[in-house]
This record gives sequence, C-alpha cells and structure tokens, in this order.
Amino acid sequence: MSDRMLTMAEAVREAMSIAFDERPEVFLLGEDVGIYGGAFGVSGDMYHRYGSERVLDTPIAELGIVGAAVGAALSGMRPIVEIQFSDFTAQAMDQIANQAAKIHFMLGGALHVPMVLRTPQGSGTGAAAQHSQNLEPWFASVPGLKVVVPSNPADAKGLLLASIDDPNPVIFLEHKLLYKIPGRDPVPEGSERIPLGVAKVVREGKDLTIVATGIMVNKSYEVCEKLAAEGISVTLIDPRTISPLDMQPVYESVEKTGRLMVVQEGPAHAGFINEVIAQMAGSSSFGSLIAPIKRLAGMNIPIPYAPQLEKAAVPQIEDIEAAAREIVKNWR
Amino acid sequence: MSANPLLMGHPLASTENARHALLYMCRIRKFEEAVEDLFGRGMMHGTMHLSIGQEASPTGMCMALTIQDQITSTHRGHGHCIAKGADLTRMIAELLGKEIGYCGGRGGSMHIADVDTGNLGANGVVGGGIPIAAGAALASKMMKKGTVAVSFFGDGAMNEGAFHEAANLAAIWNLPMILFCENNKYGMSSSTEKAFAIDNLADRGKGYGIPGINVNGNDVVEVYEAAQIAVDRAKKGDGPTLIIAETYRWKGHSRSDKNLYRTKEEIEEWRLLDPIPKFIARAIKEKKLTQEQCDAIQQEATDAIVAAVNEAVKAKAADPAGLLDAVFKKVSA
Repeated sequence: MSDRMLTMAEAVREAMSIAFDERPEVFLLGEDVGIYGGAFGVSGDMYHRYGSERVLDTPIAELGIVGAAVGAALSGMRPIVEIQFSDFTAQAMDQIANQAAKIHFMLGGALHVPMVLRTPQGSGTGAAAQHSQNLEPWFASVPGLKVVVPSNPADAKGLLLASIDDPNPVIFLEHKLLYKIPGRDPVPEGSERIPLGVAKVVREGKDLTIVATGIMVNKSYEVCEKLAAEGISVTLIDPRTISPLDMQPVYESVEKTGRLMVVQEGPAHAGFINEVIAQMAGSSSFGSLIAPIKRLAGMNIPIPYAPQLEKAAVPQIEDIEAAAREIVKNWR
Repeated sequence: MSANPLLMGHPLASTENARHALLYMCRIRKFEEAVEDLFGRGMMHGTMHLSIGQEASPTGMCMALTIQDQITSTHRGHGHCIAKGADLTRMIAELLGKEIGYCGGRGGSMHIADVDTGNLGANGVVGGGIPIAAGAALASKMMKKGTVAVSFFGDGAMNEGAFHEAANLAAIWNLPMILFCENNKYGMSSSTEKAFAIDNLADRGKGYGIPGINVNGNDVVEVYEAAQIAVDRAKKGDGPTLIIAETYRWKGHSRSDKNLYRTKEEIEEWRLLDPIPKFIARAIKEKKLTQEQCDAIQQEATDAIVAAVNEAVKAKAADPAGLLDAVFKKVSA
C-alpha cells in the first residue's frame, strides 16, 4: 500500500498522464492548459512532457473547444477538455447538452462520444457569482451525460481514469478548494480504475446517515469525527458519481440509522441532492426513517463576493454539525 | 442499395461522372418530393425541411470527397446525406419511425448520420455541426488520416458563435476543413439583407485569414470545381476554405411556413434556375450524356425512391422497449 499523499491537482495530473501513456488517442485541450500549466495548475508540466499537440492550448472559445472535442471524439480521438471555470460551460452548453449528450441515442447508436470535460467549480475563492457556482444539476438533468464529483485525490485519480475509458461523455467536476490540499487517504500508485456509478461508504455509524457531495464530504467528515468523540456515530456516503447514481448503500444505511441528512454546496432549489431525497422517498427503505429528512444546501442566491457573505451562502462545518446534532437529538 | 463510391471527380470528366451528378441530384429531388408526399398523406410525423432547388451544392461538393472524408450536416440535411452515399431505404425508414431507419426511429429527419459514408450527422441546432467538423478535421490531422472534414451549413448559421469559433480554430490550427455555406437567402424568414451588414458572405473568410470563394450553388460543375480547390488545399496541409454557394430553397422553411416574407415572383425566378435542367443541357452540349440517357437517369432516380418508400413502409415500427438502454454506449468489460 502506497503512502503517497497527493493533492487533487496532482492526482488529476497523474491520471491524465497515465491515460496519455496508455493511449495515443488521449489528448488535453483547453484555455491555458499548455505552457501556463492550467489556470489552477492542474496540467502543470504536461505540456513539456507531452508536447504542444497533445496538450493543446486554445483560444477563449468554449463552444468551439467543446465542439472540436466532440468532433475529435467522433473521429477516433479521446479528448479531455478543460473548461477553466465550470461557470463558462454556459458558453458551451449546446455542444455539451444538445450534441455530446444526445449523439449516441439520437443517431441510433451509430456514433459515440468518448470525451471527458473536466472543470473546476465551487465557492470559497472570493471570485464571486460568475466563477463560483456548483452546477451539478445542469448536467445531471441531461440524459446522456455521466457526471462525476470527486471529493478527494485518490478517488479523483481512479474516477478520472475510468471516465477517460468510458465511451460516453463524462462531466468531471473538481472543487477548486480541493486542488491544493492533500486528501485523508494516500493515492495508490498504478492505474487502477474506480468504476463510475459506485458510491463510497466513507465511514460507518448507527445514528445518522449523511449523503454529501464534493467538498461537503470533507466538511461532513470533520463533523463525523467530532460527533464520534461524543458518542454519536454517523455513516457518511459519497456518491462520487451523481449520474449514474448508486442509491443502494444509502438505503442500506438508512435502514440501520433511521435518520438521513443530505448536504451539497449548490443551491437547494432543484439541486442534485433532491434526487437522493426523491429516490429515498419512493423506496421501501423510507419506512425505516424515524426523522424527517434534513437537507442542507447553499442558499438560493448567486455566490456573493465579500468573505463573510460568501461563507454565509454555503453550508459550513458548523452548520453541518448543528444540523446533525439536532436530527439525532430531536428524533429518537 | 449500396452506397455509391465517391470521389467521382469532375461532373463532366466522363459519361459515368455526368451520370453520377445527374442521378444524385435527381435522387435528392425525388427524395424530397416523396417526403413532402408522405407528410401530406399523414404517413410521416414531426416536421421536414426540404432542400428542393439546392441539389447541386451537396452533389458537387461530395463528388470531390472520398468515402472516408467526413461531413457534418444541417436540419435541411437529406441532400447531404444522399450525396455522401447514404442508403435511401434506411433514410425513408427513419422518417417513418422504423426500426431499420438510420437512427432506429430515435432521431428522425434532423439526425440522420451514416458512419459508413463518413457522415457525422445532420443537426437540429443551427451551426451545431460546424465545431464538430473542426474537431473531425483536428482528429484527421492528429491521426494523419489524410482526410478532410466538410461542414455544410446555411447562411443563418454564419451569424452563430459556433461558426466564428470553429472558423477561427480551423484557421489557427490549419485544419483540413471546408466550411461550406449553402446561402439559400433566408434563415427561416430573415433574409441575408436583414441578417448581414456585408453584401458578400465570402468576405468573412478574410476575418479568419482563410480564402472565401463564391460559387453558383445551382451549378454542379461550378460547385465541384470550387470544392476540388478547397479539398486540394486542405489535403496539402494549407488549411480551411470558406465556400459560399448561392442557391435558393423553393419550399418553405418547414411545414409551418406560409412564405409571408418573400414574393411568388422571387420563387418563380429561382425555379427557372433549376440546377437539374441546367446540368442536363450542359451535359448534352458537352456530349457526356444524351437526352435519352438523361431521361433514363431521372426515371432511375424515381424508381429508386419508390422502391425505398415501398420497402420502408413495410418495415417494422421502432420499438420503445430498448429506449432506456440506448442512452449510453455500453462500457466494455
């Protein structure tokens, strides 16, 4: 077992490098991914290691870039597109939602789009409303896209390798606050894949089930540790891929704990996490619940600029802790 | 009916080539007439975008292409599909929602693709196929395939961001791509006069540092000659070309069109510029075809469409059972 502690940026770069070495048809394109090394330093030195043809700098033209990736994917290549901020996928949405997502189905299976679109998302950098969104529901609501939201470097590596292997378009949403911090677990050497559509039970407990995505997994983990010291034990589940969504571990856990809390950074209204609630509500495990389902999500506002405003807009560790305590204490 | 071999060369190079040019233009015309008829008789649902009057443009362009060269097409895409060699029965079957249709009834008129003939698909979004063709050209360059990617689009698409972004990418990356605009004068109801502040759409090429060529889009010979120049340029590694083929759609934009934005006289003027008799006259004059041969070729096209319709009508209707499994390509173990 390796004990390498990598950041998510390093783990993503390692996965891309492994894929580059394994398959000549894999290439990376995006704004400033070349000599600059990527806006968040994710491609790093890949330009120097693989050259300007495989680490392809593009003009600022998100629609064109994603469209070119779709066309290349249809024609034998396996592109990884980096969109500098997930907010800018709005510029490319026709190619993402109308083209990439639908081509396989709409054209009767004759063609497919093996493309990965990687993009940083999330708040916490003071970049305000057009550089800080969590856009999972945009993508998760489009049939034909797979959507991956890694919460740590080790998962990011294995999930990205699986995403690059996948013959379908995959949207890979990386929280930018995770780029520079090491995960809790070491990142294994080698090229092992983590299959898409398999949730991870991060820790197991008997009093409460928390389902959290992306950076909220890390925040919830801290809460779990703190509550464990007080004798409250929590199961924490990270879906890892939200399309497809693996609900089985959630059902199994709720049958034991009887309490469910869901946590996401994005706004509550029509958020992805509501799908977890909806599926739970329609399942036979619903009867195991002894408490109303608690939803913790971002406020229904654009992400504001000032640090105290920005913090107030999305769930913080203290919010998760208070909500977890409340549900366990009030419902017995 | 198998796909005809492409890369025919000049429409007047031989009797065989002249026959191909006329046959394919007639196939497109007869196909579109059949679609209108099926629609009128309530046998086809959805909508239709007919390319009657525009047959010379796709035919001339595709005579300069190999079967491996790729195209992307538009909502008005039947002609591109046929010109690139698609199977007529599977096309009609798709419009009728049959299992043997190109998309198994899941795409319909606006989404026919044919991998075997290098057709990456029609597109329901104006301009949607242009960046995709740039990507196909990028793959060709990266994989050293030696193929060219052609994006067909209309004048309306030239005001989409997708056109600008793709044209620029193709230019800076020197891609083997042809941006082929069928300027049929109207984006739905908006005339080019209303939608552009320039008179000559080919001038846009300059803005990207690529050649812009004007051709008479109703003259299959002229279209072919421009296409061949662009293909040669692309295959030599000299980059993309913008071709503006001036043509006209006789029919409305789609089934809802009442032609309120143009005059009957204008439509009549363009009907006199019909590309099919124009080519017949030229082919006879240059002794590539006789009148009898031309009549026989037109009849052959009609017979092929009738046969395709008859077979497609009898085919099994598309089955909803497999829909959920059709969204993603299976991940191989």
